[in-house]
Amino acid sequence: MMNDEFLGYQRAKGLVGIRNKIAILSSVVCVNNVAQQISNKLENSIAITHPLGCGQFGPDLTYTIRTLVGLASNPNIYGVVIIGLGCENLTSKLLANQIKRSKKPVEFFNVQDIQGGTIAAIEKGIKVGKKMTAEANEIKREPFDFSNLVLGLECGGSDSISGITANPAVGIISDKIVKLGGTSILPEFTEWIGTEHLLMKRANNEEVAEKIKSILDNFLENIMKLGIDFRGIQPTPGNIQGGLSTIEEKSLGTIAKAGKAPIQGILNYSEKPKGKGLWLMIEPGLDVESMTGLAAAGAQVIIMTTGRGSPVGNLISPVIKICGNPKTCDWMGCNIDVDASKIITENKKIEDVSAFLWQKLKDICNGEKTQAEKLGFNDIAIWRVRGTFPFSLE
Amino acid sequence: MSIEDNCATSLDNIPQDEEFDINDNLIKIKQDIPFGHKFALKNINKGNHVVKYGEIIGIAIKDIKAGDWVHIHNIQSHYLEETK
Repeated sequence: MMNDEFLGYQRAKGLVGIRNKIAILSSVVCVNNVAQQISNKLENSIAITHPLGCGQFGPDLTYTIRTLVGLASNPNIYGVVIIGLGCENLTSKLLANQIKRSKKPVEFFNVQDIQGGTIAAIEKGIKVGKKMTAEANEIKREPFDFSNLVLGLECGGSDSISGITANPAVGIISDKIVKLGGTSILPEFTEWIGTEHLLMKRANNEEVAEKIKSILDNFLENIMKLGIDFRGIQPTPGNIQGGLSTIEEKSLGTIAKAGKAPIQGILNYSEKPKGKGLWLMIEPGLDVESMTGLAAAGAQVIIMTTGRGSPVGNLISPVIKICGNPKTCDWMGCNIDVDASKIITENKKIEDVSAFLWQKLKDICNGEKTQAEKLGFNDIAIWRVRGTFPFSLE
Repeated sequence: MSIEDNCATSLDNIPQDEEFDINDNLIKIKQDIPFGHKFALKNINKGNHVVKYGEIIGIAIKDIKAGDWVHIHNIQSHYLEETK
């Protein structure tokens, strides 16, 4: 293996995975337990379950479909068994047809179509899953260069230290991936506010620059119309305790994760990048929703900076946690993969920490488990751009 | 962080009355500054920009003296000005 290579799993359509799992996907909330119980009996499998899949239409349904199809199509997944109920509006067949475009093995069935109820359905799921697992186990890791990698950039529980320690260290890694021909995605558009002028300068063309401006202008206009006080949302109470005073200050830290590379374009939530390089993604800044969108967009790995400490992981893509706060690294050490606090405590250079992070990224791509993976933190949440029925008594 | 900055981030809990020589400027800390919080490097008059990373992070809503703790009690986002 060369210096700038990692050991991954070859997938169809030229994609490369860094994990080799079987996914048991529920098409609707009603069969979540069926999917989970099938997965419990299968080695190296995950259950992709969610509270949605019926009673949805319009953009709400579109977002759910795009995200579930994206998660199952992520190259970290070898094959997918989709479980439907049979009466829902998001059918197992619809999901199967869309996931099959990735050319990976896909099986699907509905619980209502099987004599014997859920007991028989779970047996069937285990049987189908075992066959798929055996096929997956035949595939061995091979060396690939980093042009095959899609990196997600996340931050959570930021403090005033994040922007001068962990975030710029991640920025160096993002630039390196882009330089090696790979892809990097920066989500959390509410944390670009106040940095529009800097992001627009980095846009690949005028159209992308205008889009950055119009998206943020529209968002602020709409949120003001709703009478929402932005102060209670961004920065969050924890950010303020950590020393962040304004959204501008938080955003400058956030975008430091995206280094200095030019911006190729803006993706919708869970949308796949249309080429290599650095991309922005629309997503409202809740870490678990954000990282679900990154995994659905095809990111095989995510680097997350945290100042105050966060335990979250992702069901599909390993999340490497890097922290610049010495107290958090001490108190929540089991949740942190890379200690960037040495920038403060030992006067280390940001470049030294990024070199260490680069090695950690390679190790994780090669199969080493992240702290979140070791602890079994495999979060997933789908962003609902709005409820299907915008109605309540409040 | 940057030559244009008029505030700095503390990398420790700094007690009141501690003195620092920052770029040949003697600064006396006016209140306890918690780890990760900011203090002013120079006087920032009400209505003027607060600068960190060489970029504007907000507006002073009170007169801030060099050595003062800089946070939500004396600076505010531009977006809140627009909201008002």
